[in-house]
Amino acid sequence: MSTYRRITVGDEGGVSLVRFVDKKIVDSGSIEQLGEELNALVTVEKRNMILLNFDGVDFMSSAALNKLITLNNKVKAAAGRLKICGLRAEIKEVFTITRLDRVFDLRKSEADAIEAFKL
Amino acid sequence: MTSVQDHWSYDKLIPSDLDIGHAAIEELMNALGSAAWEGSDLFRIHMAIEEAVVNAIEHGNKRDANKSVHIVFHVGTDKVTMSIKDQGAGFDHQNVADPTEDERVDQPRGRGVMLMRELMSEVHYNELGNHVTLVKFKSPPAEPE
Repeated sequence: MSTYRRITVGDEGGVSLVRFVDKKIVDSGSIEQLGEELNALVTVEKRNMILLNFDGVDFMSSAALNKLITLNNKVKAAAGRLKICGLRAEIKEVFTITRLDRVFDLRKSEADAIEAFKL
Repeated sequence: MTSVQDHWSYDKLIPSDLDIGHAAIEELMNALGSAAWEGSDLFRIHMAIEEAVVNAIEHGNKRDANKSVHIVFHVGTDKVTMSIKDQGAGFDHQNVADPTEDERVDQPRGRGVMLMRELMSEVHYNELGNHVTLVKFKSPPAEPE
């Protein structure tokens, strides 16, 4: 298991449960590190069932959003599934404006998302 | 200069350094909080100004230490104006590719200009495209449920 600084990673019924350390994902150095850590989940640890739980995240810039898109593309290339839960309303609105709500599987709660992995 | 309607103004020439840009944004966010801006308005302003400042430093000035960014903020009770001017070559702001089209929606870039336009009340560029002015009017209070 790798050591991460921007995320924590747990396991829930075969799903990698990822939470974010920072309440505001805005610092460019931290975002680069976050991107590397998210990518390592797929390329190093070979995880391909991933749930990103944004509970506690108040703000993220579009640079951070770009890292999620890169992760999603990697998970898809690895024939895996990525889901997102716990978005505060304002961040969810950003997904809607940019139509990324069509790209990502957004779920209200962690339990809802875990259940959806079983389908 | 601070006008009667303004709670706070900021006018500085900063180097092409993201840490200094973020410090300016933090000052703005604190001033907005002091002027009773809150909730989704605060989030939208934060998102848009983040795009404008990072674009100016990274894409405009290309982090060139010899170039600076002119930042002007005016925070009032009901209106905030943010002006960001870099020393880069600008860009064709009237012909930015739509990032929501099917062939681009999963590309990890190109959303900044669209987000600013969607989140702000007004977005104005100069002809060259190296000076953007963002305006946000305060949203009316939410209806009680």
